[in-house]
Amino acid sequence: MDFKNIRFTKEHEWVRVEGDEATIGITDFAAGELGDIVYVELPKVGAAVKATQSMGTIEAVKTVADLFAPVSGSVSAVNPELEQHPDLVNQDPFGNGWFVRVTLRDRKEFDALMDHAAYQSMIGK
Amino acid sequence: MSGHDFSQTIYGKSRPGRHDYGISSQPADAPRDIPSEYLRSGRIGLPEVSEPQVMRHYIGLSTKNHHVDKDLFPLGSCTMKYNPKVNEDVAAMSGFAGLHPEQNDADAQGALRVMFGLERELAAISGMDAVSVQPAAGAQGEMLGLLLARAYFADRGETRHRVLVPDSAHGTNPASATVCGFETQTFRSGKDGRVDLDVLKGVLDNDVAVLMLTVPNTLGLFEKNIGEIVDMVHRAGALCYMDGANMNALMGQARPGDFGFDMMHFNLHKTFSTPHGGGGPGSGPVAVKSHLEPFLPTPRVVEANGALRLEYNRPQSVGALHSFYGNFGIYLRAYTYIMRLGSDGIRCASSTAILNANYLASRIVSKYPIPYGQRCMHEFVATGEPLKKYGVRTLDVAKRLLDHGFYAPTVYFPLTVPEALMVEPTETESRETLDRFADALLAIAHEAETSPDVLHSAPTETPVRRLDETTANRSPVVTVPAA
Amino acid sequence: MPYTYHTDEDRAAMLAALGVTSEEELLDVIPEKFRLRTLLPIEKGKTEPETLRAMGAMSRTNRPAAHLVSYLGGGIYDHTVPSVVKNLTGRPEFATAYTPYQPEASQGTLQVIFEFQTHISRLTRLPVANASMYDGATALAEACLMAAKITHRDVLLVPYALNPRYLRVLKAYVSGQKIEIRTLGASDAGDIDAAALTKELNETVAAVVVQTPNYFGALERPWEFEAEVHAAGALLVASVDPISLSLLRPPGEYGADIAVGECQPLGNDIAYGGPLVGFMACKQEYIRQMPGRIVSATYDVEGREAFVLTLQTREQHIRREKATSNICTNQGLLATRATIYVSLLGEGGFTELGRVCHQRASKLAAAIAACDGYSLRYRAPFFREFVVACPTDAQAVVDAARREGILAGIPLERYYGASARNLLLVAVTEKNQDEDAEKFCAVLKRAALVKVG
Repeated sequence: MDFKNIRFTKEHEWVRVEGDEATIGITDFAAGELGDIVYVELPKVGAAVKATQSMGTIEAVKTVADLFAPVSGSVSAVNPELEQHPDLVNQDPFGNGWFVRVTLRDRKEFDALMDHAAYQSMIGK
Repeated sequence: MSGHDFSQTIYGKSRPGRHDYGISSQPADAPRDIPSEYLRSGRIGLPEVSEPQVMRHYIGLSTKNHHVDKDLFPLGSCTMKYNPKVNEDVAAMSGFAGLHPEQNDADAQGALRVMFGLERELAAISGMDAVSVQPAAGAQGEMLGLLLARAYFADRGETRHRVLVPDSAHGTNPASATVCGFETQTFRSGKDGRVDLDVLKGVLDNDVAVLMLTVPNTLGLFEKNIGEIVDMVHRAGALCYMDGANMNALMGQARPGDFGFDMMHFNLHKTFSTPHGGGGPGSGPVAVKSHLEPFLPTPRVVEANGALRLEYNRPQSVGALHSFYGNFGIYLRAYTYIMRLGSDGIRCASSTAILNANYLASRIVSKYPIPYGQRCMHEFVATGEPLKKYGVRTLDVAKRLLDHGFYAPTVYFPLTVPEALMVEPTETESRETLDRFADALLAIAHEAETSPDVLHSAPTETPVRRLDETTANRSPVVTVPAA
Repeated sequence: MPYTYHTDEDRAAMLAALGVTSEEELLDVIPEKFRLRTLLPIEKGKTEPETLRAMGAMSRTNRPAAHLVSYLGGGIYDHTVPSVVKNLTGRPEFATAYTPYQPEASQGTLQVIFEFQTHISRLTRLPVANASMYDGATALAEACLMAAKITHRDVLLVPYALNPRYLRVLKAYVSGQKIEIRTLGASDAGDIDAAALTKELNETVAAVVVQTPNYFGALERPWEFEAEVHAAGALLVASVDPISLSLLRPPGEYGADIAVGECQPLGNDIAYGGPLVGFMACKQEYIRQMPGRIVSATYDVEGREAFVLTLQTREQHIRREKATSNICTNQGLLATRATIYVSLLGEGGFTELGRVCHQRASKLAAAIAACDGYSLRYRAPFFREFVVACPTDAQAVVDAARREGILAGIPLERYYGASARNLLLVAVTEKNQDEDAEKFCAVLKRAALVKVG
């Protein structure tokens, strides 16, 4: 897996930017800590999201976590597969288990996030 | 599709046309004077089974439960003490069970006497001025307390928005705050597991309405600085609410009213021996100081000229939280229990509960450390952390305890202790039972070291083994689907 | 001492193991100024025989409906509790178990809840039901809070004929939030005034509450305004008597989004109004907004069918301040009684029960309406409860009947003020015999004469 163009948050979200569109998910580490994901609640397409604020929830059997927006912008797409197959988050967190796409408002917010090495060191790997 | 066949449910045992329980020996016709647009068409879809089938079915299910009358039920903060059978006989007396709530007060003097007497006793035990038994459970008691606070501040022309709870609080505290329109602010506990006065000072201001505190707290620790805590909160103009889930440690030994609390709730289904019923009913009476009494829910039971009556005319009351007078049948059991114990028995119950918890803690601490110190009140929180190196989690310990014929302690709560095992044996357990339980926990720790796989596959002796909870959460199947 | 069992030797050994000399020493963490050094002002303990004697005497100072002829209802109905129900739910396996958090050792409780959910689902024709609420009133209040969260709206429309005790609870439940309750007037027939509903419905309305039968016993026609409610973006919340669903159209069939009600009539004692047990059912799409415990079927590792609490992330012990409700302890044992009651009566018995109640209520209503000066107040059809207009104060009728061992009903003045002074709410169950009705009518006639005289 090539993490060169991916940035990370302290809350374990990852972001990949293509053009002005950011794809957002949670890391394999976060998915592993939560355990089997059973349900995700995502923002609606068109919703405005603000960096560091909650934009959804991720539920495992006995715990629930907020999904924080790593960057500000408006939601351009949500992963339609997750409603029926939340297990994709566990199986393929950096691929088919993505959560939402956001049209970036400020690229600097993305640039300020952790790179892969910094994230790995944060989780003690 | 789910693939369930549900053959072992009462629906699976149904046979068309099997009709047993009759209502009337006169024939009952379909209603003639209700127009058909109001009527149900077709079958309801209920099962058709015989009386012996019903008996065998539910007897069969009952044997799949662990329960207090079978063996120890050491759930922390739940006070699973023995439920005396005489309580049940009293609750079943037709003079009580057959009373309709809309009957004239004059025809319900005995029932009102029980409510009035229980409120007086709970006031004495708590050191408070007035009690409403109305809340149906502890969480509803919390809700009432917060509604009282809201009414109290409104009456003083103040608006306060926040409720403070420590990070070791029961989940009902913040959830009740939300229902009552408050914002919850959670503050971290100090290094000794108790409220850190400096942290509290940092979060207190004139927007705080209520501090909710469980005493002893969920770690089984008494708040040594309780007097100072309450004073600080009062100086900020806020009220102090005590979550009384752990009142079994205090009754007869110390009174929350003396600590300075403005209000508290009891859990009659914990402290006062009423059965848990597989999840309820409980009862959560609220005791208050006099400045909150005008806001208590109605009706109030009042005495005049030796007779009791229900009083509704309380203009400042927050209203009602129950259709009628709360869980009356539970009051009967608690009242009977207090009558059996008396003032001396109440004191003996709490001190024995504390003795039992401390004794049990001392027996297992070598394998299950107690992060906040071994000396506890009526319960303690140990950790399964040392077993992690063998690949064993607290959940595995809990499941293995089921194989030993015990229920598991409360696990993974409070959140402030990793791999938490929250143990409350209660006063009704004998030393032999405590020793058997301690031996089981030690044997499990030994298994963790020598054969951890046994723990991973536990339980094996229960009616079913570990369940697929993930699928149940992803695609819940909550009824037998209609044919 | 009662309910503690250590011998002196046990206590001494346990204290020695702890290295302390007395139990008092274990309480040293409580500051001395807060220690209670005297006994509480509560009497000394009694033995079991003494306790039974005292409580028996207290119970006999009551004059319970069970010993009289009773036409009291108003949400609490005195049905026969089958011996099987009493026998089974007296069992400690059900009574002394805790909330089924360890499913492997709680399959009995879990399967009972699953069957309860199924019974409620069949009765209401809604696909999802929870494990119980405190009572019918709090179930309605929770349904309204749920509707407000789902719709992000803050107005509730409730009927004039909503059980006034439910209304009191609803008001208290929403009092901490910015939610407004507006009352819809009643039509002359006793049901909801459809024109009033149309007038009040707008984009601020979260839920329209319909109760059927309503407090006056009258049946509503929610199917006539369901489309209008949904077109306005509001939810339809139905509060129903489960026994009435033996005969009446179920809420799921007329488009109700949430149905709630009181299960006391299903095998539970009237017990001075408590403990009661509420139910809640809803459409599939709202399951994650539902309060309370929910059980799902699943399998164990060996493939055996089993049951487990599900969607617990909705609940307070996990989601804390963001939980769907603060409810924790519910009314499990009463739900167990309701489950067994419905299983025992089954399709045939339950239908017969509804017919018997209705038939006897109809007969009594006709007999009362034939008494000089008495009439039925409303013309909407009823199930087993109805309002009688008396020729005198209803309270006077109630007092006269009480002297003859009959509980005549609920004077509506109690809840609706002076304009309802002559109105009496009368309820019938299978326990009310036709011969009692004759005696009742005789009492009513005499009460009317007293007034005239």
